[in-house]
Amino acid sequence: MSTLLWLALPYIALTSFLVGHLWRYRHDQFGWTTRSSQMHESRLLRLGSPLFHFGLLAVIGGHVLGLLVPKSWTEFVGITEGMYHLVSVTAGTLAGTATVAGVAILLYRRFTVSAVRKATTRGDKVMYAFLAAAIVTGMFNTVGENLIGGGYDYRSSVSVWFRGLFTFSAQPELMTGTPLSFQVHNVTVLVLLGIWPYTRLVHVFSAPLGYLVRPYVVYRSRDPQRPDANRYARAWGDQHE
Amino acid sequence: MRVMAQLAMVMNLDKCIGCHTCSVTCKQAWTNRGGVEYAWFNNVETRPGQGYPRQYQDQEKWKGGWELNKRGKLTLRTGSRLKRLLNIFANPDMPTVADYYEPWTYDYQNLLSAPPSDTTPTAKPKSSITGEDTKVTWGANWDDDLGGGPAQIGKDPLLGKLSEQVKLEFEQTFMFYLPRICEHCLNPSCAASCPSGAIYKRAEDGIVLVDQDKCRGWRQCVTGCPYKKIYFNHKTGKAEKCTFCYPRVEVGIPTVCSETCVGRLRYIGVLLYDADKVAEAASVKDDKDLYPAQLDVFLNPHDPRVVAEAERAGISGEWIEAAQNSPVYRLIVDYQLALPLHPEYRTMPMVWYVPPLSPVVDVLSETGHDGESVGNLFGAIDALRIPVEYLAELFTAGDVGPVRASLQRLAAMRAHMRKVNLGEELDDSIAESVRLAPGEIESMYRLLAIAKYEDRYVIPGGAGSEAHKLEALTTGCSLDGDGGPGMTAFDVMAEKFQLTDTNGAAPTDKTKRINLLDWDGVRTDGLFPGNGSSGNGATGNGAAGTAHEPEAIA
Ligand code: HEM
Ligand code: SF4
Ligand code: SF4
Repeated sequence: MSTLLWLALPYIALTSFLVGHLWRYRHDQFGWTTRSSQMHESRLLRLGSPLFHFGLLAVIGGHVLGLLVPKSWTEFVGITEGMYHLVSVTAGTLAGTATVAGVAILLYRRFTVSAVRKATTRGDKVMYAFLAAAIVTGMFNTVGENLIGGGYDYRSSVSVWFRGLFTFSAQPELMTGTPLSFQVHNVTVLVLLGIWPYTRLVHVFSAPLGYLVRPYVVYRSRDPQRPDANRYARAWGDQHE
Repeated sequence: MRVMAQLAMVMNLDKCIGCHTCSVTCKQAWTNRGGVEYAWFNNVETRPGQGYPRQYQDQEKWKGGWELNKRGKLTLRTGSRLKRLLNIFANPDMPTVADYYEPWTYDYQNLLSAPPSDTTPTAKPKSSITGEDTKVTWGANWDDDLGGGPAQIGKDPLLGKLSEQVKLEFEQTFMFYLPRICEHCLNPSCAASCPSGAIYKRAEDGIVLVDQDKCRGWRQCVTGCPYKKIYFNHKTGKAEKCTFCYPRVEVGIPTVCSETCVGRLRYIGVLLYDADKVAEAASVKDDKDLYPAQLDVFLNPHDPRVVAEAERAGISGEWIEAAQNSPVYRLIVDYQLALPLHPEYRTMPMVWYVPPLSPVVDVLSETGHDGESVGNLFGAIDALRIPVEYLAELFTAGDVGPVRASLQRLAAMRAHMRKVNLGEELDDSIAESVRLAPGEIESMYRLLAIAKYEDRYVIPGGAGSEAHKLEALTTGCSLDGDGGPGMTAFDVMAEKFQLTDTNGAAPTDKTKRINLLDWDGVRTDGLFPGNGSSGNGATGNGAAGTAHEPEAIA
């Protein structure tokens, strides 16, 4: 069982994540979109979406620190477990609260505003189920275990297991002793990652940072025989801000 | 000098009867699909009126177009690039469907299936978006012909800019129709606000298009365009816009709206312009200088230096010749009759308008005056401040000078041509008073009034001469088509010019791409290698799939 959950599932999920994205990017450019629903409803979205997204981006940042940066590194630069715990719990609680509030507003909107409900696909529903479960269990881990409970040093177990996946030396047994809420959280996130490329979540990978540096107006030639070397080759923009 | 070519349009507003034929044919061709029920790439609005979407001209609210920042540089009115990205999760300046109108249909089925009863069954209105019962309270042309009365018309953002007194007098004064499509701007703020760089201007003809594969649905362009001519398809999650019917103009025939215009008031032609001067012209300080600045960007296609530069820039002889014969160039530059729509948005729009003289003529005739006497007309143009000031808000950022000059030329043409037609002795001073030679007035008259097909549309690119045959086909006998009996002119057209992937117009590397014109968000044929042979001609009628729920991937 533990091999299945903590060795097979992660590899299946991560492979699906990787291969799925490649496949979708190559074959479904037209379907690659946020499928914004702001045309239908703006007021609740303006409340919920920034809360959710900014919160979640902070949460993801926190995960990168917590999971990928080994404990020995932070200790090396003089950060004690106590300090780390304090920072991660406060920042995590703040970001987590924003995310939970945001996702609650978004879900409320999705299911009460009839135009938005009509625009919700089966894929959206499955995605939202796992996304909400991942957020709620994650929040429980931060608040329930680490803030109110005694605090659980996941960096000695979960993080080590997770990094092991990438060096192909994963130790599934590290996960068996962890609190149940951590196990549930990990499973939901892994499933979410597995279905990610087949949902609207692909929009995350086209976050348009290039906008900050490209010229304002893009020119393209109609003639396919003469493709521009650079995507924005014929653009001008010097006079623009 | 960097010469570029642009396909531009001029509409002669005097001739628009507000019949909406252009809107309807455009809709049938392009937006007869789910997700864009509310979208009219071509719409006709009554002015004064709120327009479509409601009050779109109020840029304090919608933040479309460009403005100059403190350092005098062009920036998007919605804010810097960074600000746009920080607002990407929810766009604060975005209209919702309600600002356009909630599209609806009727429950026709009930008329057939209702059980026998004492009362006639009714077809209740149903929202096309939710399918639920709806109340019809607004539409794309709700205030047509000043419908809705002063309460609605008073919400016209342009009226707010005129003085109180003008507003009071206004209702008795005048009314006209304004057909609108995308302006295919030289400095398109839609493209500039697209975070993915999916909106581009075609280097060859200046048509502004959305790459449906690159668009990621950030919906910033909807805000960016001050004319609100980008429509977000709420089913596919991609932005769509007027395409200037590029599959048609590429083979030398005019856009659907032009082709079908009952008033024959649209002109299409090539303009050459200096791309290096665009940004500078769009950045002049005073809004009122934007119209002359844009005129200055256009190049004289008869000037040998311009021709040489154009050739050097790779513009073909056919295009240069088209630029020399361009009706649009004559109306915009030679006669300076046509004016840009809202130059103060600083996007350098390329669909221009000959302002309507008819409100002035109408007032004269209603008050028993001779509406064709040049003295009366000139007097009326000056006395009827309201139409002129209103038109100036529309076309010249409030500067009445160019509007008055244009109307005076139209008035002079009217007076001069009456003398010609009645065989009266000609009075050359009429032409001189508007700085034209009598011969020029007559050729202007031919262009505006007689306006034969080949004079209105001078479109280079392959089949310019065939275009005329096609028009004959659409009005002629359908059996004349080269497929023989049953081959309608439309079939010929469809086969040749539809955006299907089996014709030669499809890019070579994309022959198996699905036809985005009618993609319903469900079918996946053509998305995968190996089964991509369908999704073309057979299904390419643009009407398929409107009722489908999007439920495939994502
Ligand atoms: C930095 C990158 C991201 C950007 C730029 C971005 C942008 C957007 C935009 C523009 C929308 C459409 C909102 C609307 O108008 O309806 C959206 C929706 C959404 N995004 Fe993101 N997003 C990002 C990251 C993420 C991440 C990391 C997740 C979660 C794992 C996420 C989950 C969602 C969900 C669930 C929705 C649908 C909201 C709803 O309408 O119910 N996004 N995002
Ligand atoms: S009018 Fe057309 S080209 Fe100009 S900004 Fe709007 S959508 Fe873009
Ligand atoms: S078809 Fe021509 S006359 Fe009719 S509304 Fe359109 S532009 Fe005006």
